Amino acid sequence: MNFLSKENGLLSWLLTGDHKRIAILYLISITFFFFIGGALAGLIRLELLTPQADLMATDTYNKVFTMHGIIMIFFFLVPSVPATIGNFLIPMMIGAKDLALPKINLLSWYLYMAAGMLGLYTMITGGVDTGWTFTTPLSTHYVNTNVLTTGLAVFIAGFSSIFTGLNFIVTIHKMRCPGMTWFKLPLFVWANYAASILMVLGTPVLAITIVLVALERTIGIGVFDPAKGGDPILFQHLFWFYSHPAVYIMILPGMGVISEVISTFSRKRVFGYTAVAFSSVAIAIFGFFVWAHHMFIMGISNYSVIVFSLLTMLVAVPSAIKIFNWTFTLYKGSITFETPMLYAFGFMGLFTIGGMTGVFLGTSGTDIHLTETYFIVAHFHFVMVGGMLMAFLSGVHFWWPKMTGRMYPEKISQLAAVVTFIGFNFTFFPQFILGTLGMPRRYASYPPEFQVLNVFSTAGASILGVGYLLPVLYLTWSLKYGAVAGDNPWQATGLEWQTQSPPLTENFAVTPIMDHEVYDYEWLEGQKAKEVASVR
Amino acid sequence: MTEKNEAHETQHHIVSPAVYITIFICLLVFTGLTVGASYVEMGVFNPIAAIAIACIKMVLVVLFFMHVRYSTRLTMLAVGCGFFMFLVLIGMTLADYISRAWGRW
Amino acid sequence: MSDSSVVIHGAPKAEGHGHDAHPSYLRHHFESVEQQADTTNFAMWLFLLTEIMFFGGLFTAYLIYRNWYYPAFVAASHQLNIFWGTLNTLLLITSSFTMAMGVWCAETRKQSGLVLCLILTFILGLGFLGIKTIEYKEKIEKHHVPGFHYSLNSFLNPDSDEAAKAAGDKPLPLDIARHTEVYFSLYFAMTGMHAVHMIIGIGILGFMIFRARAGAYTAGHVTFVENFGLYWHFVDIVWIFLFPLLYLISRHAN
Repeated sequence: MNFLSKENGLLSWLLTGDHKRIAILYLISITFFFFIGGALAGLIRLELLTPQADLMATDTYNKVFTMHGIIMIFFFLVPSVPATIGNFLIPMMIGAKDLALPKINLLSWYLYMAAGMLGLYTMITGGVDTGWTFTTPLSTHYVNTNVLTTGLAVFIAGFSSIFTGLNFIVTIHKMRCPGMTWFKLPLFVWANYAASILMVLGTPVLAITIVLVALERTIGIGVFDPAKGGDPILFQHLFWFYSHPAVYIMILPGMGVISEVISTFSRKRVFGYTAVAFSSVAIAIFGFFVWAHHMFIMGISNYSVIVFSLLTMLVAVPSAIKIFNWTFTLYKGSITFETPMLYAFGFMGLFTIGGMTGVFLGTSGTDIHLTETYFIVAHFHFVMVGGMLMAFLSGVHFWWPKMTGRMYPEKISQLAAVVTFIGFNFTFFPQFILGTLGMPRRYASYPPEFQVLNVFSTAGASILGVGYLLPVLYLTWSLKYGAVAGDNPWQATGLEWQTQSPPLTENFAVTPIMDHEVYDYEWLEGQKAKEVASVR
Repeated sequence: MTEKNEAHETQHHIVSPAVYITIFICLLVFTGLTVGASYVEMGVFNPIAAIAIACIKMVLVVLFFMHVRYSTRLTMLAVGCGFFMFLVLIGMTLADYISRAWGRW
Repeated sequence: MSDSSVVIHGAPKAEGHGHDAHPSYLRHHFESVEQQADTTNFAMWLFLLTEIMFFGGLFTAYLIYRNWYYPAFVAASHQLNIFWGTLNTLLLITSSFTMAMGVWCAETRKQSGLVLCLILTFILGLGFLGIKTIEYKEKIEKHHVPGFHYSLNSFLNPDSDEAAKAAGDKPLPLDIARHTEVYFSLYFAMTGMHAVHMIIGIGILGFMIFRARAGAYTAGHVTFVENFGLYWHFVDIVWIFLFPLLYLISRHAN
């Protein structure tokens, strides 16, 4: 008897309060949207095979990259780890029976689905071509596309995100089992806690910005219209006030996954646990102070440029601390190369590159040349795809046995991880070079001398696509034919591994008591020895 | 555990109507004050006075009507974080506008 | 409690203060009524934090444009009626008081007191919206709604306008008068957003009045009333700031 078999029927899923079922619902939905966003990416890369804008009209190309960005950011990356792995695992990791607000959790999924359907409707009825950043006055005055419906979809998705974050914060504060102090929490919980703070405090500003854009577009109120005395830069201030913390909303949960995976597959406590925990919160706090680094060339004051550039340097420090601590965790660890660990290695290398290029961009002097070029595109794909997406896949593979009770086939999954890594590098590394050479972003055509690198990039994208398709196939296959996983196939610490796979609906038959340290592998050995002794 | 005990206290600390009436009267007085102040020429202190009075009224509502005075430290921290972030949004954005050389300030 | 097989080992028992060990409103994933009440209260506060940030964007816009276009904002603000604005403020503050008293009634299990307080809050809230309707109607008639045949007449010729004349306004130059539209954009956005929150609050109040009459909140389970009270006070606080910022920019003669 487990949470999957307890009740059957569509309604038992659609009206569930069980955080684990909601997580599965989310997993299916975000995978669906991921592939739509991926198909759009494929179209972008196909267009960019040739220097001319010959595959589609330039207006269509604008729509394609806009929808790619919106779907990938709001409908895949933002909910990816929190709504799937976070929803499933956080209550288990803290020894609780469910999240604090199960109905709000379900509402969150319905809002996500409503927003997603609205987004799809927008795509079918002509799309939107402003870029995912909706910059005014383009979005308010100069385009005839579905800005309003897209804005509404993002607004609703924002509330989905807010409710998830709110639920996590309340749960982590109020539902920890006896003995579970803050410094015994797995780092995955810390990371999601920090991301949740960002969700709760940042997303509402996006909401009001969308409302203002909608009012501007419909009745012409003039807050962003220079002709009426408004300032278009104000839009960008309000937009980026959310959208910069948004990137930390996206990456922090992934970093949480990496902490768990690296610890488990080096069989070692995470080095500098306190530093990693606090660095998550530091990223969340500092992440609110740097948004105007997206606006260096837009007309903000020189003073602002200097201040935001300086603060951007500071925000890189906690991320770097994490990378150092993970590296020191590996040092003298007992490392094995299961699939989650391969993805984690990929994350560490690619996120480091992406993060460092972020520092290049935070330096306003270099940013003036690199902004709006493919360097930016490469930077954020390295952190988001090379970083976050790999972390997501790492987490899905790591907790797959717990969630489904099945093991996936190891060899093909390792192959997929390697294929993904190779494909990723071929796709996005050339884009750094293209950006430095001056190829602008969001253009369907480019000077012919850039073609070779673009062809490389597209070739890489096709390999990357295979790398992403494989997990969908073999993970689905494993549901029926995979080996039955035990409670703890990885011999990991963590309360979620001390109970059955898949878990009971109420997670634990007996409320656990956290009487040992976190990442305590000696305690785990002791438990195993006890089990062996009791069998004898 | 400590949070549980503190919560226990909040549940049972019932704020008396006398407090509510006092705060209500204060709010009425401050409302009158702020209307009156807007009729007096105080130069740059007009907006300062208006915001200050509004802040005092807000603090009274938050502490007493919303029970924060009797709440856990966690609640106070959460409220503080909310205001802090609100001030960051306004302050850092305004800092950009103030420091622009457009001659509008 | 539900029929789950959960056995609580080692979890500290909540002090019994005379409540039933398994009240019907205790959700199964909570250990105790105190935990549930504490948790939902904290959740409500977090929601209010999102509301602070939501209005924050509007206040940011307001502060910037007020400083850019001060004369236009002063002239435009004179179009708002101080009597209605002050009355609205008093109505809302009183409704906050009656709401707080309602929470007290719920906590002390005075059912009829609670119902009375909720009804008073409801009426005061409706009164606020009624006055808002009167004000909006006036704006519409005078063509002071941005995007709908916005008229600069009141600012170019203040003598033609009662409110401007009473405030002793001088005629504004055309380029400055144009910026009054920014003021009204923010006026409608901010008071409109506030009104939306009031409408939602009044709707929930209506629901609560019915439930209170059935005794739902005076049997020990007061969290719904308490948490709604937080929301209502928050909406009051927003107005506490909107009032001086929109109505009281400068009422002394120029």
